Amino acid sequence: MKFRGKIIDVACLNHFTRVVTTISKLTKICVLRLTPDNLFFVLSGKVANGGVSMWCELSQANFFDEYQMEGVSSEDNEICLEVTPENLSRALKTVQNAKAVKLKLTKKHCPCLTIAAELPTLSSISRVVTHDVPVDVIPRRLWHEFKEPSMPDFDVSIYLPPLKTMKNVVDRMKNLSNFLVMEANLNGEMNLKIETDLVSVTTHFKDLGNPPWGDDASQDGGPSQSRDPEDMAQARVDIRKLQQFLMGQQVNPSKAMCSKSPTAARPGALQAK
Amino acid sequence: MLCICVCVYRPVLAKAIHSLSRIGDELYVEPQDDGLALRSVNSSRSAYACFLFAPLFFSRYTIPSGHAFRCKMAIKSVQAVFRSLASLEKTVEKCHIGLDEKKNRLTFTLHCKHGLLKTHNLSFQDSESLQAVFDKDSYGNVFRSHPRLLVDTVVHFPPSLEEVTVSVSDERMWVRNHVEEEDRSKSMLTELCLASDEFDHFAVTTQNSVTFCLKELRGMLVFAESTGLPVSMYFDEPGSPLVLSVTDSVLEGNFVLATLSDDSNHRKNNSRREQTPPPPPNDDFMDDDMDSYLIAMDTSIAPGPSATRPPTPPLAVSTYSKQPAAANHRSRLIAEEQEEEEEEEAELADSAGPPNKKFCSLFFGSVLPPSSQTSTQPVTNQEVLASDSEDDEQ
Repeated sequence: MKFRGKIIDVACLNHFTRVVTTISKLTKICVLRLTPDNLFFVLSGKVANGGVSMWCELSQANFFDEYQMEGVSSEDNEICLEVTPENLSRALKTVQNAKAVKLKLTKKHCPCLTIAAELPTLSSISRVVTHDVPVDVIPRRLWHEFKEPSMPDFDVSIYLPPLKTMKNVVDRMKNLSNFLVMEANLNGEMNLKIETDLVSVTTHFKDLGNPPWGDDASQDGGPSQSRDPEDMAQARVDIRKLQQFLMGQQVNPSKAMCSKSPTAARPGALQAK
Repeated sequence: MLCICVCVYRPVLAKAIHSLSRIGDELYVEPQDDGLALRSVNSSRSAYACFLFAPLFFSRYTIPSGHAFRCKMAIKSVQAVFRSLASLEKTVEKCHIGLDEKKNRLTFTLHCKHGLLKTHNLSFQDSESLQAVFDKDSYGNVFRSHPRLLVDTVVHFPPSLEEVTVSVSDERMWVRNHVEEEDRSKSMLTELCLASDEFDHFAVTTQNSVTFCLKELRGMLVFAESTGLPVSMYFDEPGSPLVLSVTDSVLEGNFVLATLSDDSNHRKNNSRREQTPPPPPNDDFMDDDMDSYLIAMDTSIAPGPSATRPPTPPLAVSTYSKQPAAANHRSRLIAEEQEEEEEEEAELADSAGPPNKKFCSLFFGSVLPPSSQTSTQPVTNQEVLASDSEDDEQ
């Protein structure tokens, strides 16, 4: 198993750092999957009881100038590691002004993801800072747990309003109730509702736009054509989990989509691109 | 008896006080012949700071002759006088400090613009003398640099980090976080390498490593950076204190930090230590060999954890896995070292207590060292550093 990547471009480094920082806000531990073309950050939580699962796919070419890896074997050309994203985030944040940052899989006192950066200095010799982030190698027999989740069959998919706005609303609502009902329809309307014994509050969003799923032939689900556009699909979520997702967002997505499925037992998915 | 110091207000006075407040809870004030000394020490006596304002700092400096006088007071009260640096700089013109021994009162009078006078009366207690005895000029390793270099170094370490280890060779300085043996597999290890030409002065007589608490260092760096004065660092053997010094013509600030006493090394033969000098610097950052980063999935000769030796560069890892025969000799030596070190660490780890307990008693003979250290503490440490304690000690 070998992995070695180098980031030279400042903007790429910055973007990568922000992605890792976003993930570190969502979860303490997650899985990093390395393939020849991509990096994945995966969290497979228990989704049935309102747990959170996360899947983040990064194309390595977008970030790395050099990227070389050799997986466990030639048939399974992947590496799966359990990492604490906060450590990665901390290491990356301090090297934003580096000339070059290298990520390598190494074996120090234990398997580590080493982040080595060359920092600019006034002298002829660069300052080198090394961060060794301990990781756990995940054996092949557990890899099936971290496969790409299929998009659940959903009724409605909608683009979210600016996440900052949504975060403000959700933050205020958190003081009043633990659960929030999100409803949306195919007309680009979305409501966030809370209801308690004393008070009920609803925030309405209009003209949000719905993503055109019809074009994606590979998608399993898709809104049923016979659905009334005014018909709202509802989902009840734990406000704290929603808040966690909104708080972590540092990436400024151009699109954030929310897809709701009919029954409470099926997960809804929030996707940021 | 009155003692009076008057000076044109300079921000460095307030900054010194804030800096001292990061060390301990009490400010010790002692007007001396060579200037006004402001000192502080932390509760575990592992960090000490002293600012000496020379008589030339003041436009008037009157102290009682022949009568040694010292007092201490809660540093928070003094901080309250100098709370907002920005507004102080804008409004205060002159600062008048008066010590009245009879009334047990310290008076700060700030002469501000527009004829405004702010008077703060603080009461103090008599105290024993607080003076760590150290002779920084006798230390083997001396470095001087602009504070920015050190600030840029510590920024790589998380604020919550307790201890760092500084290792030096003839051309390089390595700074890395110190992690206890038990936590090794979970903690992130960070290491920074500085070249000697980043320093204004870099003199190494003994290549060794010292471990000390980062938190107190940060307080000192804040002071140094705000004054822009170069910082000098002095240290010697592990166990003897590390001194950071900031001086200009009228002010001398010394921060003295205890370092971890490397008991295991003291017990062993000195020659064995010399067998593991710091590794040669890895200058080929850009062109390193892919094969060095091999991780073997199956069992191979894995290098054991090292407690005090500097971390091996990536090339050494490949040595371990590719040439087991040749490496055996070296790894055996190191393994022996580690066995003893691990025994030693286990002993120390048994004494449960606050993390900086190990640093205790390296300064002041008046403080009882923790029991696990009494037998192993080298006597030399207590000889060099002794407290000038008064009779009235609790």
